[in-house]
Amino acid sequence: MIIGLDVGGTHTDVVLLDHTGIRREIKVPTLHADLFSSVLTGIDAVTDGIDIAAVKRIVLSTTLTTNAVIQGQVPEVGMVVCAGPGIDPVLFRTNRHYVRVRGAVDHRGREIEAVDPQELRAAAAQFQSAGIRHIGVVGKFSVRNPRHELQIHELLRSDFEKVFLGHRISGSLNFARRIATTYLNAAVFPIHRKFFEAVTRALAAKGMVLPLRLLKADGGNMRLESSLEFPAQTILSGPAASVMGAVAMAAGPGDALVMDIGGTTTDMAVLVGSAPLLDPLGIAIGAHRTLIRSLETLSIGIGGDSTVRIANGRVTVGPDRSGPAIVYGGSLPTPTDALAVLGEIESDRRSAAAAGLQPLAETLGVGVADLAAKVMETACRAMVAAAADLVAHINGKPVYTVHELLEGYRVQPRTLLVLGGPAPYFARHLEKLGTHQVRVVPRWQVANAIGAALARTTCEVAFFADTQQRTAGAPGEGFSQPIPADFSLDAAQTQALELLRAKALERGANPDYLEMEVVDSQVFNMVRGFNTAGKNMRVRVQVKPGLIHGYDELLAALAAGAAQGA
Amino acid sequence: MLKAKHRVGLVFFPAYDWAISPSHPEREERLLYTQDQILEEGLFDIDGIVELKPDLAGLADIQRVHFCVPDVWSVATESHFISAGGARTIGRAVMEKEIEKGFALVRPPGHHAMRVVHGSRGFCNINIEAVMIEHLRRAYGLNRVAVVDTDCHHGDGTQDIYWHDPDTLFISLHQDGRTLYPGSGFPGELGGPNAYARTLNIPLPPHTGEEGFLHIIRHVVKPILEEFQPDLIVNSAGQDNHYTDPITHMNFSAQGYAELTSLLNADIAVLEGGYAIEAALPYVNLGIVLAMAGLDYSHVREPDYSPERVRQEPSVTEAVKKTGDLVLGAWRDRGRLRERLLADRGCHRRSRRIYYDTDGINESQEEVVQLCEECGGALKIESNSDRGAHVLAVHIPAKACRSCRETGYRWYDEARVKRFDRIFLQDRPQDKYTVKQKD
Repeated sequence: MIIGLDVGGTHTDVVLLDHTGIRREIKVPTLHADLFSSVLTGIDAVTDGIDIAAVKRIVLSTTLTTNAVIQGQVPEVGMVVCAGPGIDPVLFRTNRHYVRVRGAVDHRGREIEAVDPQELRAAAAQFQSAGIRHIGVVGKFSVRNPRHELQIHELLRSDFEKVFLGHRISGSLNFARRIATTYLNAAVFPIHRKFFEAVTRALAAKGMVLPLRLLKADGGNMRLESSLEFPAQTILSGPAASVMGAVAMAAGPGDALVMDIGGTTTDMAVLVGSAPLLDPLGIAIGAHRTLIRSLETLSIGIGGDSTVRIANGRVTVGPDRSGPAIVYGGSLPTPTDALAVLGEIESDRRSAAAAGLQPLAETLGVGVADLAAKVMETACRAMVAAAADLVAHINGKPVYTVHELLEGYRVQPRTLLVLGGPAPYFARHLEKLGTHQVRVVPRWQVANAIGAALARTTCEVAFFADTQQRTAGAPGEGFSQPIPADFSLDAAQTQALELLRAKALERGANPDYLEMEVVDSQVFNMVRGFNTAGKNMRVRVQVKPGLIHGYDELLAALAAGAAQGA
Repeated sequence: MLKAKHRVGLVFFPAYDWAISPSHPEREERLLYTQDQILEEGLFDIDGIVELKPDLAGLADIQRVHFCVPDVWSVATESHFISAGGARTIGRAVMEKEIEKGFALVRPPGHHAMRVVHGSRGFCNINIEAVMIEHLRRAYGLNRVAVVDTDCHHGDGTQDIYWHDPDTLFISLHQDGRTLYPGSGFPGELGGPNAYARTLNIPLPPHTGEEGFLHIIRHVVKPILEEFQPDLIVNSAGQDNHYTDPITHMNFSAQGYAELTSLLNADIAVLEGGYAIEAALPYVNLGIVLAMAGLDYSHVREPDYSPERVRQEPSVTEAVKKTGDLVLGAWRDRGRLRERLLADRGCHRRSRRIYYDTDGINESQEEVVQLCEECGGALKIESNSDRGAHVLAVHIPAKACRSCRETGYRWYDEARVKRFDRIFLQDRPQDKYTVKQKD
């Protein structure tokens, strides 16, 4: 059996499932001040009376690190940054203890300026006197040559409990994001470790001794041990859980849009076949833009509890939420109240909802039922327009070859997969617009927890080779090696895939069903003078987000359940 | 987060699957390290710097500017349509005020492509700046345009296209033609009689450095631009004046390029040449973008840069000043000189031989322009190539007066298909392109 758990803003959703079906689904209130008890209460409830030994897998998606970052409740860390020519790295400052030091490499990884041990020791002393125990070390172009970061690590490792190195965080080029991402990893590390060690102990006390898996923002999971090196990858895993739920139960051939409709917001993502599209760079959280791999998502301020108003003679919905809907004791009208007025949601407070919408209806000079219909239409139109923006944004991404520009794939979703609390009620109104085929994801209220449960382990590897300098490497994996002058792109791909396999297994992937793919593979002749001096190769490989093997029967049953329901 | 003072749009199109030939300077690798640098700098994360996807230029965009022999597809590849389209995308975004300024970092380049195109010259087939400008004129009614070409090679293609256009001021700074391809661009080349002193050439001696370039921008180009009052300034931003460029002999630097960009304050920059792809382009391009955005570029320096290393000799300084004064003098005296040229009524003729170094083609041209006080004048070009092509091209300018329009039609109607492979008419007032040929 598998436990999937997703901590949301209001509820923590938990499911227990096996090969044949969902054994249990439970919602418990999320206590933001005490996530630990939310998680434990959820697990207790879902396993009550169940043979604990039969649970073979547990995947958690929590808001722990997300909240810590957004609320700024992270301990101070020390950042050591070395740059070289370009934008002044002082402009990328992430926190108070942020020191720029000597040391630079260029775009091909050649050393321009050496690091200065004396300066580094001074920086370390300053950090220590401030009580700092975790530091981040980031060099410009360190993913081309991590030597300086490694030297600094060697010099300072004994002075701190943990040192996070920029080149291990991601293979992507983007210095400012590398700094931000390294900072976030160092900053959330102690909170993350403490929390999950406590969860592990609590589960062990119940008799559950199995590797904890954590969901990441890219819709894949990793083992707890791996997450200690990259704790920031758990930031914003919630939207990914829902998308994976849609993948599990509703994805078909062709492109689709996933809409996770909540109380305050609607989060959207795009599926091509059954694979969610990834953001090429990474998530943004608060003021930080990062290299944390994530799904390409768009969030808009429209949900079941969005405030409805009249502005300039037109109905507006959101982007704010003033509290619960009137039917649930709130004071300002919302789409949920409109649904109650239309009789689509059963409520004994329907007349209160109607009274709440009445002044708005009078302003427009229409009946309250007409206004309610208009509210739903307005909300749904805004959602579809935002979805169109997301698709346009994806299709509008620049490409760098003639072939891709002329023949590149264009996403054209014709289907909307809707989930989240008010999904079926919104679905009816989305359908009325006639723009998409609309499907409600089966078990829409706990699809996020199901998605977390069934998500596979994901990871990626960036590999480069430079036959002029006779070197190849994947700095993110701590790998580098000399290569012969005739090293080929095939050899580069083979090596990248081997590294990926090893990484995936370490993170907890199933070796028998490992779906690896080459995302990018480029080779350039380097010409100096009028002669070819070597080849420059860039290869990216990944295990993309998807579902674990062996649950086809369960998924078929869920999809069939949906068919009956409709 | 970093915030740009000016909203800048970038089209970055490195054409990683296109090259003139595998070891040619104009090859796949050319913008690879520039890409690495701008990605590592996180340029597109800066608030106010946006990357735009290029769209393809249309056939009409190219035929509005060029006479391609025998036709467009014979001289242009998809990559040229994208490169010209990328410039057009930037131009449209500026005109639509989506961005304040834009930079088309695209390849292949275009400033050696002339009005008649038999093939590739100086790595150029399609003049991407001209395609952009003429598109903007058609789509937005744009009128006066200044093109400042800071590529190390004389922008002879752009010069040729605007030679007779009184609404386009073309200024080229380049290494002296006696020492570098294409061997033209002397101060005496001042444009046709209908557009006299709308072409200005400022040849600079080899080893000109920051001081020389910035002197010319400050004391020659800027005052002329102020007087001309263009509605749009385009910079043909070649980067081969760099001290490490393998095919030129100048002493310019990334700091210098950034400063030049800041001083010139062009609305649009379009990449031209520049083949020091590792040592110069990553830094020069970064400097240009930061300068356009109004951001600090003082840390953008080549790893081996020192101001002393690239300082120019006093003799260079003197020669640069002299040329600058000469050009400024011609500009100030333009009214009198033009009157003298227009004193003759009728037509003005010139005969030229044009060499296409990239494709090894020789072309000879007989050009006739109607002298006109009111417009650019009807233009007729008879062109032969040593590949056996023989064409007649008639151009009626967009703002042609009635008489020049009639002259243009007459030339086209009277031309006999027996004499030419093809007879072209570029009817700009009606935005039409017509071809006559034997059946």
